[in-house]
Amino acid sequence: MTDLFSKFDPLIEQRATLLATGVRDPFSLVMQRVLSPTEAICNGKHTILLGTYNYMGMTFDADVIAAGKAAFDDFGSGTTGSRVLNGTFSPHKDCEEALKEFYDRKYAMVFSTGYQALLGPISTLAGKGDYIILDIDSHASIWDGCRMGDAEVVPFKHNDIEALEKRLKRVPEGAHKLVVLEGVYSMLGDVAPLKDMVRIAKAHGAMVLVDEAHSMGFIGEHGRGVAEDQGVIDDVDFICGTFSKSVGTVGGFCVSNHPKFEILRLVCRPYVFTAAPPPSVVASAAVSIRKLMHGGNKRAHLWENSKRLHAGLKSLGFQLGTQTPQSAIIAVIMPDLERGAMMWEALLDEGLYVNLARPPATPANMTLLRCSLCAEHSAEQVGEIITRFERAGKKAGILAA
Amino acid sequence: MTERADTYKSICDAITPFNKKGVALSETTTFAGDLEWDSLTVMDFVAEIEDTFDIIISMNMQAEIETVGQLTDAVIKLKASPVAEGREK
Repeated sequence: MTDLFSKFDPLIEQRATLLATGVRDPFSLVMQRVLSPTEAICNGKHTILLGTYNYMGMTFDADVIAAGKAAFDDFGSGTTGSRVLNGTFSPHKDCEEALKEFYDRKYAMVFSTGYQALLGPISTLAGKGDYIILDIDSHASIWDGCRMGDAEVVPFKHNDIEALEKRLKRVPEGAHKLVVLEGVYSMLGDVAPLKDMVRIAKAHGAMVLVDEAHSMGFIGEHGRGVAEDQGVIDDVDFICGTFSKSVGTVGGFCVSNHPKFEILRLVCRPYVFTAAPPPSVVASAAVSIRKLMHGGNKRAHLWENSKRLHAGLKSLGFQLGTQTPQSAIIAVIMPDLERGAMMWEALLDEGLYVNLARPPATPANMTLLRCSLCAEHSAEQVGEIITRFERAGKKAGILAA
Repeated sequence: MTERADTYKSICDAITPFNKKGVALSETTTFAGDLEWDSLTVMDFVAEIEDTFDIIISMNMQAEIETVGQLTDAVIKLKASPVAEGREK
């Protein structure tokens, strides 16, 4: 008998081998209680959270929670329908207004998840005969958008300006082009050279879509992301992002000034053929987005945290994904999956949660311990994090004892 | 040398630095099966071929190319007409 699951055998075997070493399963952690944006009870143990992308710590903001509770009372627990049918409530429109204010754009569309906010626009905008030119290290949601559409898909080497330009030059004359970039790449936490890339893309007549999922709220003067920080936001045609990071709920969005943008609501399948997010979720998101517009102090503290952790881990002798702190993500490079899993468990035993990232999600087949800082991490917590990294690193044999 | 033989030789030369196992090359050598390339190696190699011949081999086209011979034919076709896939202007 054939078994459709046989294609997963190598992965099943890899997991069995890993777990046979006695290490705890890094991909099935359960948090019993979440105490704040930076602390939870994991396996009965008080744990500092350093792998949540909860950059601005909005998940426990009193106004954000109050808005969600009020929407529960006023609109019920769910939409039970598509945005284009019965699923658009006033909180959905208000959330789109908040996004327009935040990004200073004319149009905004809210999707049920961040994944769909990339999947939808990319698969819909570029059709048969069009060209999508994208960074090879793009997020899975971008790749899946490419696969779902009919466009010719042309990747270029990560953050390589020249490689992008060469490919733009080779696209047949007259073909429509969509260049897809990210502000911050989430695996190593490195920032894209958007200033040059966006200029080159526009010079070759391409439309530009930038995913600012990991920069919203704290990079750029108004927290609009890397494109704002590098002064090219007005040349970006579409900015996509998510509510599941700095905003602190779930959902995604695309904002634009394109005069025909609104037609996407009728033609974008991941927008049409799914239920709209619950009213409580978008009501919370709207409040959070508006509060992020005035988060200057929190932003400054988040940068301090990021710089301090980067310097601390570097001086301990850990190998990091970037030479300098470029975002709120600091990736610690592990020699291999086995020792990465050991280090991950040693950290958890110390009461510190980070993300274990492994191939194929990582570039160059690396195993990473990905740390994401929060504006709500106190200076004491950051000091404690560095101490716990040192102890765990020695225990797991990553650092010399 | 004919154009095809020329192109075939250039492609074999480009394969050499990526041919870690020293597999003997022929028209029917496959990239995934015989050369055992992973997706990262494929990407680096495709970029090399694109630069050598000043063409674009999209992911869609790559999916159709399994052997050295098929790549040779694809490169010749792309060099002759970069708009081979035909876009109505």
